[in-house]
Amino acid sequence: MEKSFISGRIWVLLDQNKRLIEDIDTDQIYHNAFLHITEVSQMGQYALGNLEGWKDFSKKASPGDVLIAGRNFGAGSSRQHAVGCFISLKIGLIIAPSFGAIYFRNAVNSGFPVLRCQELDELVAKKAMETEDEIKVNFRSGEGLNVSRNTHFKAEPMSTVQYDIYEAGGLFNYGKRISKG
Amino acid sequence: MGMTIIEKIIQDHTKEEVKPGKIVWMDLDIRSARDFGGPNVVKNYEKEYGDVPVADRKKTFFTFDLCVPPSSLKYADNQQICREFARGQRIEVFDVDRGIGSHILMEEGLARAVSTVVGTDSHLNILGAVGSFGQGMGDVDITFAFKTGKTWFEVPQTVKVLIKGSFSSPTTAKDLTLYILKKLGTKKAALKTVEFYGKAVRGLDLPGRITLCSMVTEMAGIIGFIPEYGDSLKTEIENLSGTKFSPDEADEDCFYSDTLEIDVSGLSPQVAVPFSPDNVQDVSELKGVKIDSGFIGSCTNGRTEDFALASQILKGKKIKEGVTLKVVPATKRVYKEILERGILEDLFRSGAIISNPGCSGCAEGHIGLTGKGEVQVSTGNRNFAGKQGKGKTYLASPAVVAASCLAGHITNPKDI
Repeated sequence: MEKSFISGRIWVLLDQNKRLIEDIDTDQIYHNAFLHITEVSQMGQYALGNLEGWKDFSKKASPGDVLIAGRNFGAGSSRQHAVGCFISLKIGLIIAPSFGAIYFRNAVNSGFPVLRCQELDELVAKKAMETEDEIKVNFRSGEGLNVSRNTHFKAEPMSTVQYDIYEAGGLFNYGKRISKG
Repeated sequence: MGMTIIEKIIQDHTKEEVKPGKIVWMDLDIRSARDFGGPNVVKNYEKEYGDVPVADRKKTFFTFDLCVPPSSLKYADNQQICREFARGQRIEVFDVDRGIGSHILMEEGLARAVSTVVGTDSHLNILGAVGSFGQGMGDVDITFAFKTGKTWFEVPQTVKVLIKGSFSSPTTAKDLTLYILKKLGTKKAALKTVEFYGKAVRGLDLPGRITLCSMVTEMAGIIGFIPEYGDSLKTEIENLSGTKFSPDEADEDCFYSDTLEIDVSGLSPQVAVPFSPDNVQDVSELKGVKIDSGFIGSCTNGRTEDFALASQILKGKKIKEGVTLKVVPATKRVYKEILERGILEDLFRSGAIISNPGCSGCAEGHIGLTGKGEVQVSTGNRNFAGKQGKGKTYLASPAVVAASCLAGHITNPKDI
């Protein structure tokens, strides 16, 4: 049951105008110059390495941190590396109003938690969610708590398939589990 | 309730009830991996499944198109990793000589109407041009698809886009595509399937349909279909693929989440300004923007007709001194066609650099990269900051790129 919750310190991906950055594409998350890499452990150093203002993210992030991003996060290419780089850094969760379709699947299949939350733009605009806040989210219900401010927010719960794959530790384990019946 | 095209194709590949928003397990007709993502698939596969055979080797392919032939030792190693796995599993490889995987799947008749096709290429939804449900996926998905022949998929909603009016030369399918992208942005079709209707799209030939369908990715959509077609398109697809073309059409009583209209009457050539493919302006607004280089090719504009259009403008002329023009055919078949039709010679004599078939313009190691301060006008599909280098990439049609290379600045072909 404890896998249903995650808590962590957040990084809010803001631009210079203090707004959530939208349409962050996979080349900004993980540049094509490093696509030849196949070891997940080597991918972390390049996370957000081509996103203006965030190029030093891999040096700042700590295991368990949570990323808050703008809509259409992970637009663009199909590269699994753009998920793998956050797994490599042991990032706990990414929350955004929406994700690129392929990116979302890639995260789900890797057993990496991603949640959609429509309230994010508003929360960020009224400074009710800022970098370094501590949050706690329930994947099954979507209930979120900003522990630092004792305020609540609501994300979309994981679908059954997403949760089952996450809980199994990824698509491969899930596949072996269901084929065993 | 009737079904949209995507709902019908998915229903044809699952026993579960299909409706928008529902996640179903569907059968995959073709599963493929490129030299990008491919070695990751091999590594995943060997770790998870050892030497257990893939579900069906005759439905499984490698297509090398990203870095071909390899220009770095790492890609040379990665391609060989895929080749050796393929030999062991007796899987067919379309090797570094063949060109862009999605185009090869069409030319080989593997991506047929009403089929489901996956691969490690985010522009695999280009296959909507031939009525196939193509979908790009990451290496975990593709590994699982190799092993099981199945995938889970959330049935997308469908939006109907009616393109009203018509346009004429020098405006092309690329300009239409960029204008639609300007109107839909990355929100209106996000995570949805798009069905395009109307005279302006009904009349598109296959290369034009490839151009439009390829950039549904940049609209953040799942896939685009152009359901209306004439006999000439049917003949064109059947000649290319060697297979019969009989696509699905939407039921009259199907459900569209939205119906949008876009008027393209009298449309002028369009250009996407850095650093976003939907940041589109009329070519007249960019008149005089000085360029250093041009690029014609990519999965979006790499067919014979695209080069024919460019050569009509370039034939007998010389590109502006100081400007370099790079030309990359999508496939070996396209290369042969432009060679035999004299198009290659016309492009060469105008001063263009002609490379072997492949992707290009999308990643390090490719033709079509920019240095800091360089301004490039390209027929590709993405111009995100830093993607092709530190320079600026403008996206345009083959005609606009050709005209701009003659003038040395962004130019409407009608001014040449």
